[in-house]
Amino acid sequence: MGSKRVSLEVSEVCAEAVRLADVDVVAAYPITPQTHIAEVLSEMVADGVLDAEYINVESEHSAMSCCIGASAAGARSFTATSAQGLALMSEMLYIASGLRLPIVMALVTRTLSAPLSIWGDYSDIMSVRDCGWITLFAEDGQEVFDFTLQAFRIAEDERVLFPAMVCMDGFHLSHVLEPVDVISEEEARDFLPVYRPKYRLHPSDPVSMGCFAMPDYFSEIKKRQDEELKGSYPVILEVWREWEERFGRRYAPLMSYWVDDAEMILVIAGGYAGTARLAVEGMRKRGMKVGLVSWKLWRPFPLDDVREILGKAPLVLVVDRALSVGGAGGPIANEIRAAFYHEKVRPQVVSMVAGLSGRDVLQRDFEAMTKRAMELAERGEIPYYEMYGVRE
Amino acid sequence: MSEERAQLLKGFTPKKLPREEYFGPGHRACQGCAPAVMLRHLLKVLGPNTVVATATGCAEIISSPYPQTAWKIPWIHSAFENAAATAAGIEAAYKALMRKKRIPKERIYVVSLAGDGGTADIGLQALSGALERGHDCIFICYDNEAYMNTGIQRSGLTPFGASTTTSPAGRIFKGQRTWKKDIAAIAAAHHIPYVATACVSYMKDMYAKMIKAADTRGPSFLHILAPCPTGWRCPPDMAIEIGRMAVQSGMFHLYEVENGVKRLTVKVKERIPVKEYIRAQGRFRHLTDEDIEEIQRRVDEEYERLLREAGEMA
Repeated sequence: MGSKRVSLEVSEVCAEAVRLADVDVVAAYPITPQTHIAEVLSEMVADGVLDAEYINVESEHSAMSCCIGASAAGARSFTATSAQGLALMSEMLYIASGLRLPIVMALVTRTLSAPLSIWGDYSDIMSVRDCGWITLFAEDGQEVFDFTLQAFRIAEDERVLFPAMVCMDGFHLSHVLEPVDVISEEEARDFLPVYRPKYRLHPSDPVSMGCFAMPDYFSEIKKRQDEELKGSYPVILEVWREWEERFGRRYAPLMSYWVDDAEMILVIAGGYAGTARLAVEGMRKRGMKVGLVSWKLWRPFPLDDVREILGKAPLVLVVDRALSVGGAGGPIANEIRAAFYHEKVRPQVVSMVAGLSGRDVLQRDFEAMTKRAMELAERGEIPYYEMYGVRE
Repeated sequence: MSEERAQLLKGFTPKKLPREEYFGPGHRACQGCAPAVMLRHLLKVLGPNTVVATATGCAEIISSPYPQTAWKIPWIHSAFENAAATAAGIEAAYKALMRKKRIPKERIYVVSLAGDGGTADIGLQALSGALERGHDCIFICYDNEAYMNTGIQRSGLTPFGASTTTSPAGRIFKGQRTWKKDIAAIAAAHHIPYVATACVSYMKDMYAKMIKAADTRGPSFLHILAPCPTGWRCPPDMAIEIGRMAVQSGMFHLYEVENGVKRLTVKVKERIPVKEYIRAQGRFRHLTDEDIEEIQRRVDEEYERLLREAGEMA
């Protein structure tokens, strides 16, 4: 039995991938717009189609703490959250990475309060940018499915042993129905065998996890964590190659379109890349040399891909769905700027902040931002950032 | 109760205690640290098939300076407020992995270990969640009545009147201005199978309760008073004696709540005045006789209530 095409809400797609991963422990707390994932997983456990312990924790902090305990004991562990939930568990995200536990999390991206808003943007994920997790941005339901299964395989690889999160846009992606190719249980088992941890909390071989480090060890431990997270990059590419061979779908850290002769490359992460692609396609038809990058791998930061692909054009427009309040530009834009600072040839980088709290960014908006970016570059007046479409 | 453990409690003497040490010597506790004594004996009771999740705090900081460890059993520390949630995750993992035949089916004791702050203040939410969900874990609060490892700051379990670095005895306020939070009653309100208070100074009583907690299926909660000479301002060789005085004076009570039934396990025939207990410690040295009388009145009231609840008084 091979893959089959099904029509599912993307939250269900995520849950289905988790079921196929045969997770042992799920610990989750409800928060909009993540709730459907938690609900579907608890139904699966209640119906016996997923043999896992489902822990109805009393907070996201405990959700991640339970995942840490479970993963340390050798269980394949999963949780899902959004915005405030991510902020509440952020302390534990750093610890999960520091303890090198291959937990997988779905982050259904949503804006951080205040004002309270349940709608989507990337302020939550950007707030934990440095937590040491492998981080993937999904653009559509298929990527949510593929990345979720891949995340377990990458995270549990002995050369990696880091937690991994798959980000999907709240509502705009999590709550839409999409046709998705779902692999069979046999295929899933073959791709993702049972997790056999190298070290686990068990009386048969006692270990201490989470010892404190004094300054004489701390920097060495951190340096190693940084190098080894970066070292997961070739493993991620290896898993993506294998996935392509098995299932025919190709992935890259930056998925690029029409970039080779582009005079400007538009960069965006997540579900809004779909609309951006239509806009870029339209502009191409009208003879404008515009390219597109849909960002997939956020951490480890794909420095070489950024330099190689975005270096092809003299101008880069980055549309960030997060604002660094009081800062000097959109978070993705600023990392791109930093990546090019020491390069002899570097593109001009225009940072636009748009689509905050789920505000729609339509094809015409991408076209307007493109026009604006070109004007700013032409005039040589590129500001730190501009917020697009905001009423003054 | 296993035969071996039952034998241990018959004619309880130090020489009958298990010789195996699972909390290794050479850890960095202060002299006279009663929590360290408690830990050593806890692991003697539970043995090698035990895994401990420890909150940030004294027990963690004295035992695990990388690259050393005092723990000869599997041990994890992740954060301050989440020992109960971490233990819950471990318990759930063992349940799933044993059911799915990934690890051998056997009894492994899962312990959540936190101090008074890690249990009753910052850790209360995670503890309540874990108790309510019914995880098969032993939840232990070792109570040294303040945040000792960070420099003796007050917690919700610091007794009234005690001077700490954040409830100092000043010109206007005389130390801690709140009464000790009844954490055992809070745990018992979750209607879990077993709740008990204990004190390192009453070794046999503590052993009996640790054994009962081990034999409980489902959550058990032990609130263990463990004097801290450093923070209580008394000589290190007084730790056990001070603990005994806490019980003898009625400042701390030894009881258990088994399936909802409360029972005094150590009955104090003739209580000593709280003044004797208080005057033995530097943390109370600013209190006047009138202040101590107020504490005595409160202790008398609480003691009467306890006797009523435990069916010792009509």
